[in-house]
Amino acid sequence: MQLEAYLKERKQQKEILLMTHIVLGYPSFDTNREVIKQMVDNGVDCIELQIPFSEPMADGPVILKANQDSISGGTTIKECLEFGAEMVRTYSIPFLYMTYFNIVFKYGEVEFISKAADSGIAGLIIPDLPPEEGDNFAEKARAQNVAPILIYAPTTSDQRMQELDKYGAGFIYCTARKGVTGKQSEFGADFFAYLARCRQATTKPLAVGFGIQSRNDVQEITGKADMAVVGSRTITLVDQEGSDKVGPFIRELLGN
Amino acid sequence: MSKKGYYGRWGGKFIPEVLHQTFEELEKAYQAARNDESFWQEYLELMSTYSCRPTPLTHAENLSKHFGGAQIYIKREDLNHTGAHKANNVMGQGLLVKRMGKTRVIAETGAGQHGVATATMAAKFGFECTIYMGEEDVMRQRPNVFWMEKMGATVVPVQDGSKTLKDAINEAFRDWVSNMDTTHYVFGTACGPSPFPEMVSWFQSIIGGEAAEQIVTQHGSLPKRIYACVGGGSNAMGIFGRFLKEDQTDLVGVEAGGYGLETGKHAARLCGVDASPGVAQGYKTMFLQNDDGQMRHTHSVSAGLDYVGVSPILSDLNDQGLVRFEAATDDEVMEALDLTMKKEGIIPALESAHAFVQAFKEAPTMDTKDAIIINMSGRGDKDIFTIANAFDDPSWKEFIIERGKTYSSS
Ligand SMILES: Cc1ncc(COP(=O)(O)O)c(C=O)c1O
Repeated sequence: MQLEAYLKERKQQKEILLMTHIVLGYPSFDTNREVIKQMVDNGVDCIELQIPFSEPMADGPVILKANQDSISGGTTIKECLEFGAEMVRTYSIPFLYMTYFNIVFKYGEVEFISKAADSGIAGLIIPDLPPEEGDNFAEKARAQNVAPILIYAPTTSDQRMQELDKYGAGFIYCTARKGVTGKQSEFGADFFAYLARCRQATTKPLAVGFGIQSRNDVQEITGKADMAVVGSRTITLVDQEGSDKVGPFIRELLGN
Repeated sequence: MSKKGYYGRWGGKFIPEVLHQTFEELEKAYQAARNDESFWQEYLELMSTYSCRPTPLTHAENLSKHFGGAQIYIKREDLNHTGAHKANNVMGQGLLVKRMGKTRVIAETGAGQHGVATATMAAKFGFECTIYMGEEDVMRQRPNVFWMEKMGATVVPVQDGSKTLKDAINEAFRDWVSNMDTTHYVFGTACGPSPFPEMVSWFQSIIGGEAAEQIVTQHGSLPKRIYACVGGGSNAMGIFGRFLKEDQTDLVGVEAGGYGLETGKHAARLCGVDASPGVAQGYKTMFLQNDDGQMRHTHSVSAGLDYVGVSPILSDLNDQGLVRFEAATDDEVMEALDLTMKKEGIIPALESAHAFVQAFKEAPTMDTKDAIIINMSGRGDKDIFTIANAFDDPSWKEFIIERGKTYSSS
């Protein structure tokens, strides 16, 4: 099913959706499997699989380290793509790839999109690929039913939000604040004004990411956005307390 | 140029959405400056009063005689304030920052020369300043760290990845995406997202403009060849630009051959076979990367050339065959440095010494009436620890050990 339709249908039954994130091969693919099982079993709505890149410019210290450790541990793109396909076969929720453009460029834009489509990957998030760059990447992805996820930032003008919306599919990823992944976000008046601008610009579901770490953060955006995105926090949790803490953490986030 | 910010198939602007607006503003400020003659006048005035521009072109008579071929001329960017060409770009961007009304500057640095230049500019113009520098480079170029801090800059050692220039660039971007309202990122070389490659080359073009006049005055004709070392490519673009239209002048870029191209431990992107097209740090160019697209660890004795990418403008000039690229190994660099000190009383930076290596290889085969120019991008004082180590200098070692003792006992 199309990602956007899936999310909208799912949203009918829930106050807010949850997208979680993992870095492939960190700390290992086996741990990735355990973590994903806990995420799915505890009600996560979709999962972002980050294919590691040596220069993750938009990521903060936690995800940066995970990228670099995964690569130095020998993770290859081939393994990541096989793992993605395996997850799609195993679970019924949508999986997306998040990576930096060089990984796609080196693989071949067309080949990468086809591979993702063949594996049943629902969408692609590429933070360093604005729609002006690449070889009509967004259009080619849409043509193969893989949603190119476009990103809004607080610095994005109303006009540009509308422009970006035309390229995207699935949902819009709204970064909660300036900066990189990992740091706490403040959900003040400015943030809500920004979310309102996002809402005006698109009819696609709005996902909010960057700095969502607790039940409280999720509650803050409930009713104003469609989906919360949790990234660095689960990585730290698995590092410090082990993968079996992920299930309880997801339940807590969702207030279950 | 087919697409905006592209040079042939290279360049572009691969930036996260949060920086879109910032780049729009930068592009506007840059275009306004280019279209405003008084901006360049103000720049020239600053560079001739705060620095020593025009820098001299020195006829290296002893070296010329030694090789018995072409007349060797050295463009003396070591005599620019802060000891390298880096200040040309930095002072230019500093004027732009004043126009944009920002109050803080950040920069990456490899050799520390760009960091020192930026800290200097920040002190003069009253900006706050943070410099990102790979931990390995902090160790290699410690004297520059000292001066940056003394001028009031905060130096942040970067511990990620290969702990060199590319990692410092990533960290600077991470700062910028958080603080772009107050902060300008003074990119240090002719790389990065558009308009940096072009803007940095524009400020550095002051080198080539001067050199063209000087060589005609001093030698009577344009040079046969020009040699410049290539890290990111800013000093090379600076001296090459003016001569691209001159058919009689060949342009030679010299990359870091490290332990030798065949060892894989080098930073040669345009000569050699190890690099391939890629997109990282906001632009498309030839990168040293593996088949998956992960960047490789590079090696050079010189921190300033130890970088995975190269100016997209140079990648394009390489495609067009307008610049020839060669590599110099660490060992060759030490020899050339030694000879230049002994024969001319001039101490090139390790980076610049790469250009000397290739010039020395070719000069003997050329006519004594021909002139060649070596762009001496900076002075070698910053490299005293590395050079002393490479020469395994006994009296220097003794001095350091004694100095160490006075610190450890206090
Ligand atoms: C003295 C000197 N020369 C050359 C370089 C290399 O940079 P670019 O290729 O941009 O001139 C550096 C960079 O740090 C430098 O300090």
